[in-house]
Amino acid sequence: MSAYNFAYLDEQTKRMIRRAILKGLAIPGYQVPFASREMPMPYGWGTGGVQVSAAVLIPDDTFKVIDQGSDDTTNAVSIRTFFERTAGVETTTVTRDASVIQTRHRIPEERLHEGQILVYQVPIPEPLRFLEPRESETRKMHGLEEYGLMHVKLYEDISRHGHIATSYAYPVKVEGRYVMDPSPIPKFDNPKLGDMAAIQLFGAGREQRIYALPPYTQVVSLDFEDHPFEATKADHACSLCGSEDSYQDEVIIDDAGRRMFVCSDADYCKARQAAGHHGKDAA
Amino acid sequence: MQPQALTGGFTDPAVQSAHAFRSVMEAMARPGTLREISGAEPPAPMSRAAGAVLLTLCDSDTPIYLAGAVDCPAVRNWLSFHTGAPLVGPAECMFAVGSWSDLGPLSIYPIGTSEYPDRSATLVVECPQLTASGAILTGPGIKETAALSLPELAAFQDNRTLYPLGLDFIFTSGVRVAAVPRTTEVS
Repeated sequence: MSAYNFAYLDEQTKRMIRRAILKGLAIPGYQVPFASREMPMPYGWGTGGVQVSAAVLIPDDTFKVIDQGSDDTTNAVSIRTFFERTAGVETTTVTRDASVIQTRHRIPEERLHEGQILVYQVPIPEPLRFLEPRESETRKMHGLEEYGLMHVKLYEDISRHGHIATSYAYPVKVEGRYVMDPSPIPKFDNPKLGDMAAIQLFGAGREQRIYALPPYTQVVSLDFEDHPFEATKADHACSLCGSEDSYQDEVIIDDAGRRMFVCSDADYCKARQAAGHHGKDAA
Repeated sequence: MQPQALTGGFTDPAVQSAHAFRSVMEAMARPGTLREISGAEPPAPMSRAAGAVLLTLCDSDTPIYLAGAVDCPAVRNWLSFHTGAPLVGPAECMFAVGSWSDLGPLSIYPIGTSEYPDRSATLVVECPQLTASGAILTGPGIKETAALSLPELAAFQDNRTLYPLGLDFIFTSGVRVAAVPRTTEVS
C-alpha cells in the first residue's frame, strides 16, 4: 500500500475532481466537465466511478462494489481489490455496512441511509447524445432548458410500441431544471433516485463528466399525463428467495430454453435466504 | 518570506485532505449541517477551517481572492507556499475568502454562464460564530428544513433567483464548516 499515494490518484488530480463534485452537488443534474485520468483499467470498466470513489474515500470507510447488483463479477471484484490495495479500506458485500458503494447499473434494493455515498459508473452521461450528437448543441439545449426533443423521442416510443419502451437509462428531470441520465439503471430503480437519504455521485471517465444528486432532491421521470411513468420489472418471484418486490434477472439455464428469475441484488437475495425465505428453486 | 509561512500545512496531506473534503462535501450536500474540519494551522486572522478548505481544494489552477483583513502578508505567503494558488481580484477568482462585510458586493464575482454554470466562484465566508439557528433553509439536500446563522437573507435570496447560475457559499468559524449552495431557499 505504501507504494501508492492514498487511494491511488495524486493530490492535484483529487483536488480537481473534488472541486467538480462540489459544483455538481451545487447544481444537481448538471454535468460538470473534469480532466479524467488514465486509470489502470480500460474505459468502460468504471474509470469514472473509480476516480470519484478515489476522491471521496477516507481510510475509515467500508467500501462495497456492485455490478448489476452482484458483488461477485469480475468488474466488482477487481475494483474492490483495487481500493483494498491502494486505499487500505475495509470492504464488504453487505449493503447496510458500507459507507461508500460504487455501482454499475443498479441501486441496491435496501433503502440507503444518511451516512452512505452511492457512486455510479456512467458510460454516456449526456441524455440527449443519441438524439443530438454534437456536444456544442446539447450544451446549448441544457443552457436553454430545451428538452422538447426528449419528449418527441418518448412520444415516438408510444406511437411505435403503444407505450414508452425505454426500460433503462430512463431520463429524469432534476429539481425542475436539468434533464439527467441516471446511468443505465433499470427504470424500476428510478423512483429511488429522488427521496434518497444518501449522496449520489455520477462519474463518466471516458466522457469526462461528473454530476451529482444531493440527498432528498426532487427527481421526476419524464412521462406524459396519459402515459404516466411506470417502474416495471419481470412479473415473477425470485426462484431462490421468493421475493416479489425486487428487480430480477432472467437467467437461461439450459439449451432447451428453460429459464429462471433471480434477484439482481445478490446481497439482498442472500440476506432473505438467510432469514428463511425460499423460492421455488431454492436448494 | 517568513518561516511561519512554511509551517501549518497538512502533515499527512493525502489522508487529512480526504477527511477535510468529506466534511466539506457533506456540508455542501446537506446545506445547514455543521461539520468539523481540521489539520491546517493558517496564520491569523484566517480560521483553521478556512485554511483546511483552501488546502483541500486550491492549487495553481484556482485563483483566490483575499478580501479585507485576510489579505495580509502572512496569509498571502502561507497560501502561496502551501497551495501555489494565484492571488487575484474578485472578478477573476474561483475562490474568495473573507468576512461577510469584506466580501461584498457580491455582484462582482463570476456566476458562471448558461452553458457552464459550474464556472462560478465559491465564497469562503469567515464568521465570528456558526450555529444551527437563525435563517430557515429548504431545498435539495434538506429533508424538511434546516437552520443556519446566516449573516443576512436578501443576498442569498437574490442568489437563488439566478439559478442555475450563482455563487456557492462555504461558512467557516474556528474548526466549524457549513455550506449553502445556490439551490438553497432561505427565509
